[in-house]
Amino acid sequence: MTSKELILKNIRTNNVVQDTTLPDYSNFGLTFEDKHSYFSTMLESVGGKALFIKKEELEETIKSIYPDEKIITSNVEGFSLANFDANKENDPHKLKDIDLAVVKGEFAVAENGAVWVKNRDNRHRALYFIAQNIILVLEKSAIVNNMHEAYELISFGEPSYGAFISGPSKTADIEQSLVIGAHGPKSGYVIFVE
Amino acid sequence: MSILHNHPAKAKEFVANDERMHWHDQALWFVREKRDRISKTIPEWETLRKYADQIKSHTMANLDKYLLEFEKNANAKGIKVHFAKDAQEHNEIVHRILSENNVKKVVKSKSMLTEECHLNPYLESKGMEVVDTDLGERIVQLRNEPPSHIVLPAIHLKKQDVSDTFHKEMGTEKGNYDPTYLTRAAREDLRQKFLDADAGITGVNFAIANTGGVVVCTNEGNADMGASLPKLHIACMGIEKVIPRLQDLSVFTRLLARSATGQAITSYTSHFHGPVEGGQMHIVIVDNKRTPFLQSESYKKALNCIRCGACMNTCPIYRRSGGHSYDYVIPGPIGSTLGTFRDPKKHKTLSFACTLCGSCTNVCPVKIDLDSQLYTHRQDLREMNIISNQKRLSMQFASWLMSKPALFDFAGKIARKVVPNLPKFMIYNRFNVWGKQRDLPDMPKKSFKELYKEEFGNDK
Ligand code: SF4
Repeated sequence: MTSKELILKNIRTNNVVQDTTLPDYSNFGLTFEDKHSYFSTMLESVGGKALFIKKEELEETIKSIYPDEKIITSNVEGFSLANFDANKENDPHKLKDIDLAVVKGEFAVAENGAVWVKNRDNRHRALYFIAQNIILVLEKSAIVNNMHEAYELISFGEPSYGAFISGPSKTADIEQSLVIGAHGPKSGYVIFVE
Repeated sequence: MSILHNHPAKAKEFVANDERMHWHDQALWFVREKRDRISKTIPEWETLRKYADQIKSHTMANLDKYLLEFEKNANAKGIKVHFAKDAQEHNEIVHRILSENNVKKVVKSKSMLTEECHLNPYLESKGMEVVDTDLGERIVQLRNEPPSHIVLPAIHLKKQDVSDTFHKEMGTEKGNYDPTYLTRAAREDLRQKFLDADAGITGVNFAIANTGGVVVCTNEGNADMGASLPKLHIACMGIEKVIPRLQDLSVFTRLLARSATGQAITSYTSHFHGPVEGGQMHIVIVDNKRTPFLQSESYKKALNCIRCGACMNTCPIYRRSGGHSYDYVIPGPIGSTLGTFRDPKKHKTLSFACTLCGSCTNVCPVKIDLDSQLYTHRQDLREMNIISNQKRLSMQFASWLMSKPALFDFAGKIARKVVPNLPKFMIYNRFNVWGKQRDLPDMPKKSFKELYKEEFGNDK
């Protein structure tokens, strides 16, 4: 008997766990009158920041936040300050010197300040983590209340990768003191455009 | 040698440093309070717990079906799935995949399962370099210690300890205790390890049957760095990690971080549904003494644990005795019940490291009946004739006494008179290790029953 068969057999033999039905999530979960302001508060509480701007202000806004970053990559349409095309590289190790990544986010979740990213326009999933700083750009209307609504919008048809990102990377492993910037980006902005 | 697995004896070492014990207690209580605050911002919190319990129970009742569904869907996404009956086989499978790909250097992100299987020493004995990349795990790895908590692996250490370790192992400035400085130093060091690694191993928080992918939650982003830079990603999981549908994840991603550290969500909640471009992804599914839980009326729910650590943060014993005193890969209430069930002889003291206060059960996001499991373990150990004579006799005496209400009342009366006047050596002696660092509270003048009668006796 293979280990797989053995495990399945052991699961089936005298299993005393009583079956229950799975929950239904329609109309379930807290909602907000002002999703954007709740999102902002949640994101700030984890060391990130949300901005709300007009589409035309994107470049100017990013330039003013990060005036000194040298190597910039982006997959956001209409953003012309990028000088490094991460998607052209075959090997993600080549992304190691990126100072700033301006990346498209799919939608935001108000209850926890997270943004869903999926690598459709981003060849290397490493980009979200290897860049020293990250800005996620998304449409202002792309926001949901809670995680139940969020998973309604997600699917995994083909092999891929997706993540909820909330703020920059961080750790509190040394005496519970919060330090922003562990392995991933040291700062994280979310920019909503209209 | 029984001394190796003797909770009171190990706890005695920990409480000997009074200042550190109180500091540890406070640090965890702080996390527990954060959990309380954030859980209160979710009006449907209790319903979420109920749903989590339902989903887990449904999955466990149909575990064979969901594992097969998961395997099928994962295969369709180009992921290779392996099954291992025990720790040995798990290590062999991981090693085989690594050596087939000529791997010399591995970066690993936090996984209690690989701790349980002792994967690191196994791979090291085969000449591979294994680097733990979660900061807390890295710290304890450099110190040659096991983690003392499942979410906060280095919670037992002070910044001075970390600084000394880093100075010795990484050449950081001696006496620089600044957490930011130390974290940055580890970041630089580990970044190079990520860039040099040939493979990344991660744990799994949830495996989704209907999509065939796995979810990993971290704050540092280390799992993602390790799984997305090298061409090879191996994810290791216990059979209990599977959940039926993608939308069920909403319940767990809402509960996990809030219960663990009081955060609304971890910085990264990553859904891996296939290998990186031109790479490979493998998933190893491990039993290692998990299936027997499904056959036990008393302990079946222990398998529903999502490893948030809330039960240890709240446990008065854990907070005051430290994770290492449990001598089991998972400490605290959940570790005590898992360990005792899996190897009652070895862990016979763990179910007694509990005051039966029930706090663990109250905070558990998946509603595991932790305190009653620990209580049941005590009876089972007695039945199996495993506990010491001294403990067995006192349990026997207590149950005999409690079954005789009149005698119990009388004994209480006597005790309230006698104990306060007993000489110290009779209360605090070598049979009472816990009494070493603490005094008994003053005895009340009256019993609860008497007080109750006085207050409410006439309310009919
Ligand atoms: S038993 Fe419950 S509270 Fe404890 S770690 Fe598991 S899920 Fe969390």
